[in-house]
Amino acid sequence: MTLSDIYHETSSALRANKVRSGLTMLGIVIGISSVIALIAIGNGAQSSIQSSIQSIGSNLIIVMPGATRTPGSIVSAGRGTAQSLTNEDATAIASQVSGVVAADPEVSSNKQVTFQGTNTRTTILGTGDQYPTVRNLQIADGSYFTQNQITSLARVAVIGPTVVTDLMATGTEPVGQEIVIGGDTFTVIGVTVAKGGSGFTNQDDQIFIPLTTAQQLFTGNKYLSTISVEADNTNDMAAVQADITTLLLGRHSISNPTNADFSTINQADIAATASGITQTFTILLAAVAGISLLVGGIGIMNMMLTTVTERTREIGLRKAIGAKKSDISTQFLVEAVSLTFIGGGIGVALGILASYLVTTFGGITTSVTSSSVILAFCVSAGIGIIFGYYPARRAASLNPIEALRYE
Amino acid sequence: MIEIKNITKVYGSAGAEKVRAVDGISFTIKDGEFVAIMGPSGSGKSTLMHILGALDTPTSGTYHLDGKDVSSLTDEELAEIRRNHIGFVFQSFNLLPRTTVLRNVSLPLMYAGVKVEEREARAKAALVSAGFNESHFLHLSNQLSGGQIQRVAIARALVNNPSLILADEPTGNLDTRTGEIVLGTFQKLNRENGSTIILITHEPDVAMHANRIIHIRDGKIVEDKINPNPTKARTDTVDKI
Ligand SMILES: Nc1ncnc2c1ncn2[C@@H]1O[C@H](COP(=O)(O)OP(=O)(O)OP(=O)(O)O)[C@@H](O)[C@H]1O
Ligand SMILES: [Mg+2]
Repeated sequence: MTLSDIYHETSSALRANKVRSGLTMLGIVIGISSVIALIAIGNGAQSSIQSSIQSIGSNLIIVMPGATRTPGSIVSAGRGTAQSLTNEDATAIASQVSGVVAADPEVSSNKQVTFQGTNTRTTILGTGDQYPTVRNLQIADGSYFTQNQITSLARVAVIGPTVVTDLMATGTEPVGQEIVIGGDTFTVIGVTVAKGGSGFTNQDDQIFIPLTTAQQLFTGNKYLSTISVEADNTNDMAAVQADITTLLLGRHSISNPTNADFSTINQADIAATASGITQTFTILLAAVAGISLLVGGIGIMNMMLTTVTERTREIGLRKAIGAKKSDISTQFLVEAVSLTFIGGGIGVALGILASYLVTTFGGITTSVTSSSVILAFCVSAGIGIIFGYYPARRAASLNPIEALRYE
Repeated sequence: MIEIKNITKVYGSAGAEKVRAVDGISFTIKDGEFVAIMGPSGSGKSTLMHILGALDTPTSGTYHLDGKDVSSLTDEELAEIRRNHIGFVFQSFNLLPRTTVLRNVSLPLMYAGVKVEEREARAKAALVSAGFNESHFLHLSNQLSGGQIQRVAIARALVNNPSLILADEPTGNLDTRTGEIVLGTFQKLNRENGSTIILITHEPDVAMHANRIIHIRDGKIVEDKINPNPTKARTDTVDKI
């Protein structure tokens, strides 16, 4: 049998039962397209989480008061509750630890903010002048406060774009306006560039004021809620992190590191934890899709078994006029594989379309990777072979006369 | 050369009533013979034919085809024999449904690995020698009359130039004139190519075209005689085509 013979036999067999072939293919189409779409959603979630982690800074190490916890729980634990880090600690890190570009002390609090009768409640972050460098914060309008303004306890504020829209009528120039934070009047001197909301915290819904002003007006003490440290390069992160720990243990006179009254975490750890979570999420989605693919495969086997039974006489005849076992099994196997291949092709197209629609209308980032397309294709061909093999073998091993007599 | 010894075929499993469809038949048919097998309905003719065509296996007895013990052959070897050496006309024809006449006839050539370009010409020649009208070559098998189906089945058996042609009532559905064409083709193949031909028939007139006539009853041979003066088919009709 030549390839064109096999093609002819297969296409005429599939066409003889268009509806059944179509429905069987539908099982594979649904399976493959959900694999593609769900993996794309999983990957999209992963890359958007990774990029929002990148957006908080580069080579960032965060020092927080309180005992060491696992990296995952630190992020959500009520940071800044313990009182152990001071401005001097931040200064010491910047000046004494090698490989540190900048260390920025921060305190955070939540306050009511009003502007001409409109009000909102948001996070007030008191920071040093290094904050924009360390945290990749860009100023869209105006400027960030300077060391002089920090020293002089200036009542100036840099506000996020969400705060602007929450408080001010569209078209209002925010810079130069006076807003009231927790009862004290501040002059807006800058607006940050939108970073986009990500995960649970909206980085655009924040107000930045000088650290000293925040400590004086809102917290009433010299303690910090975070020190953000930017390391020179990614490779030295672990060393810098260890040096910071050693320095602070010394400054706080703690000899046993397990009793530390602060904890450090670096960006790589956060990224790793987050990617672990999203990976699990992706695998879960893929598993769900995989089950529907399996069901589709069983559909193929079911149809092929029915076909073999229905065409028993034809198989008997083919064998009687000289078809080899392999001719028969090839024919049925190719039928099954063609069904899964065509179904797989349509499924890939539909899956890509579905991911596109999810992005366009659902606002969820998706990313269709070529590896998931290749995987889906291999899986669909594999399903054709695995689920087509048994019916094909059964057809091929029939005795010609018994097959011809089959009613 | 066909040599069978004490061939039996018993149908029915243990317990149930057994049918001895073929009950100890032995004969030798030399290459180039033209044999007719006659017998009443149910006497085991078709069963015997299937065994001779290497399509079915006997319950007991031995079958040597060209010196080879057929029972010892593998599936692949049996397929090779069916493909290249035997042309079989089934009593119930068995054409592929929803398939053109031409494709039905070229099917054995496909399995024999004949080149696509050559298949069509050979299939057409076989159809013509079976007395099939050229205008119906592209009809589907389910659009044919009984007699047309029969001729397609005959053409399919002839198409791979088999050295052994086994035909189970090939002229049953044909009018006398078309029957003559088919018998003339068999005689011509027998005479010119030296093909061995075994045909089953109910009609003594048809059987008289063979050189040897075997009578079977209840699975046993009751008579095996040479026909000294075989009837010559009116080949004028064949030559015209
Ligand atoms: N698969 C089978 N299972 C059981 N019995 C069978 C089977 N095939 C044939 N028989 C029986 O074997 C006997 C011989 O059948 P066979 O078909 O060989 O007859 P035949 O001589 O060809 O008859 P006809 O002239 O009507 O075609 C019959 O009695 C039939 O019932
Ligand atoms: Mg019969």
